[in-house]
Amino acid sequence: MGSPQAEEGRGAFLLLDPADNVLICTRDAAEGDTVAIDGIRVRLSQPIRLGHKIARQALRTGEKVLRYGAPIGSMTADAAIAEHVHSHNLASDYIPAHGRGGDIEGANI
Amino acid sequence: MDSSGPSFSGYLRADGRKGIRNAVLVAYLVECAHHVARRIVTACDDPAVQLVGFPGCYPNTYAAGMMEAIATHSNVGGVLIVSLGCEGFDRGSLAAKVAASGRPVETLVIQEAGGTLATIAAGVAAAKRIRAAAAQVRRVPMALSDLVVGTICGGSDGTSGITANPAVGRCFDALVAAGATCIFEETGELIGCEQVMASRAITPELGEAIEASVAKAVWYYTTLGYGSFAPGNADGGLTTQEEKSLGAYSKSGASPISGLIRPGEQAPGAGLYLMDVVPDGEVRFGFPNISDNAEIVEMIASGCHVILFTTGRGSVVGSAISPVIKVCANPETYARLAGDMDIDAGRVLLGQATLDGVGGEILDKVIAVASGEESRSEALGHQEFILTYKQFEASGPTCMPLAAHRSNA
Repeated sequence: MGSPQAEEGRGAFLLLDPADNVLICTRDAAEGDTVAIDGIRVRLSQPIRLGHKIARQALRTGEKVLRYGAPIGSMTADAAIAEHVHSHNLASDYIPAHGRGGDIEGANI
Repeated sequence: MDSSGPSFSGYLRADGRKGIRNAVLVAYLVECAHHVARRIVTACDDPAVQLVGFPGCYPNTYAAGMMEAIATHSNVGGVLIVSLGCEGFDRGSLAAKVAASGRPVETLVIQEAGGTLATIAAGVAAAKRIRAAAAQVRRVPMALSDLVVGTICGGSDGTSGITANPAVGRCFDALVAAGATCIFEETGELIGCEQVMASRAITPELGEAIEASVAKAVWYYTTLGYGSFAPGNADGGLTTQEEKSLGAYSKSGASPISGLIRPGEQAPGAGLYLMDVVPDGEVRFGFPNISDNAEIVEMIASGCHVILFTTGRGSVVGSAISPVIKVCANPETYARLAGDMDIDAGRVLLGQATLDGVGGEILDKVIAVASGEESRSEALGHQEFILTYKQFEASGPTCMPLAAHRSNA
């Protein structure tokens, strides 16, 4: 497990592997909370819930996202540092995810 | 038996295996017999008398094999078979297999026994006879090296791969080191982990078989149009199948992978095994596992005495036959559902526990439950069971290097 990131506000984030380009929320964070990412202080532009991911650095469309030091898919849109990384900008390289009611979300396949 | 380490009392079966429970199964062989079987179980009002069954009228080799494996499981002391009479399931063969295993078995055919009420009355009396006969089984000392332990995750979220799953991995490492047999699954939820898993296989050929099994899962799920990824996974912060997979994979710990087994096959010896739950051949009969209990039943059919179930969103299920121990990954979920959870792994996120510490707590709970303590789901009366249609080919020798080695020796 990586070391927790310094923060201001209630939220907390975790770097799981030195190679990762996303951080995992370990305590709910509010919009406007300040997160220190690798020494850079960034304000969150949206609330982030426990278990969700934010960008550790600016991520470009097509870039592989790494968690546990391993690829978990590719970006389908650009994301700024500290921006929420989820199904709106990240998709599987293998198989699509599905929402309630059976709608298929995008996959890079 | 290993003379060092913890010891508890087991039920000795004729084949030499030892059980930690002594259940009497009431098994219906088609949905048309389900109600009668359920009424028999309800009337017995005994947690050891448990309902299992298969709903389909068409025969299926996989389902028949699963029922035989379950009916002769080391946690099972006897079986009452409830048949309608005209279904495709071969009740005679099942009864013969149970009898050959040294267990008491009786069969009731509703069409011959006089219908619903007469069969329920006869069934309650039969279940009580079988229970009394099963109680005569010898108790013997049992060690961790006698245990088969499975693990599954259900209702995963972004915390599962950080807390509960790696903590179960620590427990699995300790169990394998103590000579136990451990089983993890499922290949469809390990998409993205195939290369690292292959590198842990005890032979290169087994590594290739593992990679092929994951490729089969990708093809199977792609054909069906859905991965093994539920909307709740995304609500909890997981975005992709491979992200969920990498978190799930950490349940396997760090031991070498000794084999790739199919549901109902018994592991040839101690060590860590991957279960391939995705059917072989053309896609038919639908999704490989329609819900978590389908996978739990498959691991039990491969001998699991106990199931370690990790959950982030909060599953409440248990199982017939073998106790389910719940390891909760998410501290918010634990606060809401504490009465359903055995282990609070979310404390790792709060700085109140370490992964090694929680892994030790899980091992202690396995020993306690093997010694007779009820898991939470067991105490709450959860005895879920589901078995549906599938199709498998027999495993080749590359999937079971230890068995191949022994048979060549």
